[in-house]
Amino acid sequence: MNLSRRDFMAMMGIAGATGFLSPSAIASSWGSGKDPYEIPEYGNVTLLHITDTHAQLLPVWWREPGTNIGTREQKEWGVTPHMVGDKKLEYYGIKAGTPEGYALSCMDFDTLAHKYGKIGGYAHIATLVKRYREQVGKKAILLDGGDAWQGSATSLWTKAEDMVGAQNLLKEDYFVGHWEFTYGADRVEYLLKHKLKAKFLSQNVFTIPWDEPVFDPYDIREVSGRKVAVIGQSFPFTPIANPAYFVPKWSFGIHPGHMQKMVDECRQKHKADIVLVLSHNGADVDKKMASQVNGIDIILGGHTHEIMGPRPVKINNTLIINTSTNGKFLARFDLDVGKGKLNGWRFNYLPIISNMIPEDQEMADYINKVRAPYAKKLAEPLAVTESLLYRRDNFNGTFDQILCDALREEMDCEAAFSPGFRWGYCKLPGETITMEDVMGQTAITYPQVTVTEYTGAELKNVMEQVADNLFNPNPYYIQGGDMIRVGNIQYTMNPGETIDKRITDLRVGGKMVQANKRYKVAGWGAMQKVEGTPVWDIFAKWLRSKKTVSANPRDLPVLTKNMAGNPGIAFPKEYDL
Amino acid sequence: MEQMKRRKFLGVSAVGMAAVAGSGVLVPAIANAANVAGWPAAAFDAKKLDEAMKDSIDTTSVKTSAKVRLTAPTIAENGAAVPVTVDVDHPMTADDYIESVYLYVDHNPTPLASAFHFTPDSGHAYFQERIKMAKTDMVRAVARTNKGVMMSSKPQEIKVTIGGCGG
Repeated sequence: MNLSRRDFMAMMGIAGATGFLSPSAIASSWGSGKDPYEIPEYGNVTLLHITDTHAQLLPVWWREPGTNIGTREQKEWGVTPHMVGDKKLEYYGIKAGTPEGYALSCMDFDTLAHKYGKIGGYAHIATLVKRYREQVGKKAILLDGGDAWQGSATSLWTKAEDMVGAQNLLKEDYFVGHWEFTYGADRVEYLLKHKLKAKFLSQNVFTIPWDEPVFDPYDIREVSGRKVAVIGQSFPFTPIANPAYFVPKWSFGIHPGHMQKMVDECRQKHKADIVLVLSHNGADVDKKMASQVNGIDIILGGHTHEIMGPRPVKINNTLIINTSTNGKFLARFDLDVGKGKLNGWRFNYLPIISNMIPEDQEMADYINKVRAPYAKKLAEPLAVTESLLYRRDNFNGTFDQILCDALREEMDCEAAFSPGFRWGYCKLPGETITMEDVMGQTAITYPQVTVTEYTGAELKNVMEQVADNLFNPNPYYIQGGDMIRVGNIQYTMNPGETIDKRITDLRVGGKMVQANKRYKVAGWGAMQKVEGTPVWDIFAKWLRSKKTVSANPRDLPVLTKNMAGNPGIAFPKEYDL
Repeated sequence: MEQMKRRKFLGVSAVGMAAVAGSGVLVPAIANAANVAGWPAAAFDAKKLDEAMKDSIDTTSVKTSAKVRLTAPTIAENGAAVPVTVDVDHPMTADDYIESVYLYVDHNPTPLASAFHFTPDSGHAYFQERIKMAKTDMVRAVARTNKGVMMSSKPQEIKVTIGGCGG
C-alpha cells in the first residue's frame, strides 16, 4: 500500500476523504517518509503535547465514551466535545472502521481493537517524540498536561518515581498537575525539586492563608528568535474532587482574573510573541476561560479525557485542544510565530496506535527495569471477562459495574457507590483480568473501602451533588468527573434539570427509596481519612472467587425523554430512549 | 454564627486585609467584641438577610454596579474558610470616598458576615477575608459612600459541596 502524506492528513480528519491503513503496512514503511506519521515542517515553533497518561507505561486498550452528554441548558447539546460514536464521525467526516474511526469513536470497539491493537505506551510515544525532535530540532517544545503520576500499580508503589523517570527520558519541558497532588505536598515538592527535569508551572495554586504563589506561574523561552510564553494551570478543583488533606496548605481555583494578569505580564513585561496555556482545567472550563481571558493563543488542555477535534476548537482568538488520555494521542502544533502574533498554524492529532509505531529501545528497557520488581505480582490472573470492560462513560462503565458488584457482595451491602473517575483502561471480551488490571482501575492513595449507612435523603443528596458537577450549566462548576457509579441503585435522570431535581424514581433493589430509611452502602475513595481494606484487595478477592465475570445487568439510569436525539449518546436504548 | 468563631475569623480577615492593602488606615468598627462602644449588634445578630440589610444599611434593595467587584471561588474548597475579595472602583478623596463595605451571605444563620469602614486615607476600598458558609449560597457586597450612595456587587453563588469523584 502506498501511504502518502495526503492519506495521513485524511486520517487525521484534516482533508475530506479517508483511506484504509493497515498497521502492518505502516510498520513496514516506518521512517521512510511515506508513513502516516510523516508531517511536513512548517513555521518556527513546534509544540508536542501529551496529557493524562495516567501512568500507563505500557500500551492499553482505550475506548472512547459511548455517553458524553451536553445539555441544551449548558448550550453544549451536540457541541464538541459532547459528541460520541457515529455522531462524532459524521460531524468530522470520518469513516467508521478506519484507524481514525477506531481512535475517535466507541463504535465496534472490540472488533477494531483486534484489528488495530492497543494504544499508547511510553516506548511508542518516545519513538514518535524523538522522530519529531530530530526533524524539527530546537523548534520543539514537549508539554505534559498532568495526571502522569497516577493510575497504575507501579506509579503508586514507587510513589510516582517510575513516571518521573519516563518523563525525564522523554525530555519533557513543562508539566502541570492534578492527581500528582494526591501523593501529598511534601512528595510533590520533593519530586519536582530533586527528580523531575521538566519545569512545573501553575498560576492557580496559592498558599493558605497568604495567597502567595506556590509554583512559578509561567516560563518564557526563546525559540527561533521568538519569545514563547507558557502559563501553567493545574486542576482547579484538586482539594474538592480529591481529599484536601493531601494539600492542606495549598489553595487552588480557576482564577481567570489572575490568568489575565499573567497573560498581560507575559505580553507587556516580557514581550512574549505567543502565549500558550498548559491546562488541566478540562474541556468545558477551558472553553469558558478562553471566552473571558484575552490574549491566549493556544490552550493545550487535558483532564476530561476528551478529544477536542480532530480539529482544534476556536473561542474568540484562542485555539483549544484536549489531548485524550492513557497515551492515546500525541498532539502536534506547528506554528509560524511572528513578531507579537501567531501568523499561522498546522495541527495534527497523532494516535499512538502501538502496532504502527516501533518501540524506542531506551524507553522499553527503562520500563522493563522499573516494572521488574513487581512483574510477578502484577501478572497474577484473577478471572476471565465475558464482557467488554471499560470505565469511561457518563454513567456506570462496565468495569465499574463489576467493581460495584464486588463491593456489594464482599461487604455484604444492599448497594454500592464507586467514584466517577475517567481513568481506568479497558479489557476485551475473553481476556484475563490480572492484578495489574485491578490496579489499573483502583490505584489511588486513598483506596480504603467503607460501609456507610445513608438515609434515603442522604443517598439522593450524594447523587444530586455529583450530577451537578457534570451537568451544571455554568462550566465553572464542572469538575470533570462522570456520574457516581452505583450498584443495585436504579433511578431516572434528567441532566437538563437543576440540582436536587435531576434524580427521580430512586430505588434500591427495585424498591422506592424512603427519605428516612437507612441503606447500607459500600464505597471507596472517601474524602476524609478513614480506616479500611484497600479496594484492590476486595476486588481481586471477588474476581478470584468468580473465575468468570460479566457486566450484566447494568445499573444504568433511565434518561428522561428530553435527552432523545442527544449527539452525546451513542446507544440510546441503554437508557430507555 | 457563634460569637467566638465569628470574632476569630474577623480577626483573621483584618490581618489579611492589612497585609494586602499595605498602607492605608483601617478602621474596622467590628474591632474586637460586642461590648465595644458602637458595635452594631443588631445588624450582626439579625437572622434573615432582609433584617441584616435593614439593620446595617437601612434598606433591602441596592442597585448592582460593576464598580463593586466581588471575587470568590465558584466552589468552596473549605466551607469553614471561603476566601472572598472585595474591590471597589471608586475615588477615595476627602469629598467622595467609600465609607463602608458590607458583606452578606444570604442564608447564613447571621447573614451579615462583615462590615469594613474606610477613610480617604485608606487609599483604596479593598479587602480580602475568609468567611464561613453552611451550604451553597449567594454572597453579595454592598458599598456605601460618605454621601450615602449605595451600590452592590453582583451576587455570586458559592457552592459548598460534598466533593469527590473528580476525573
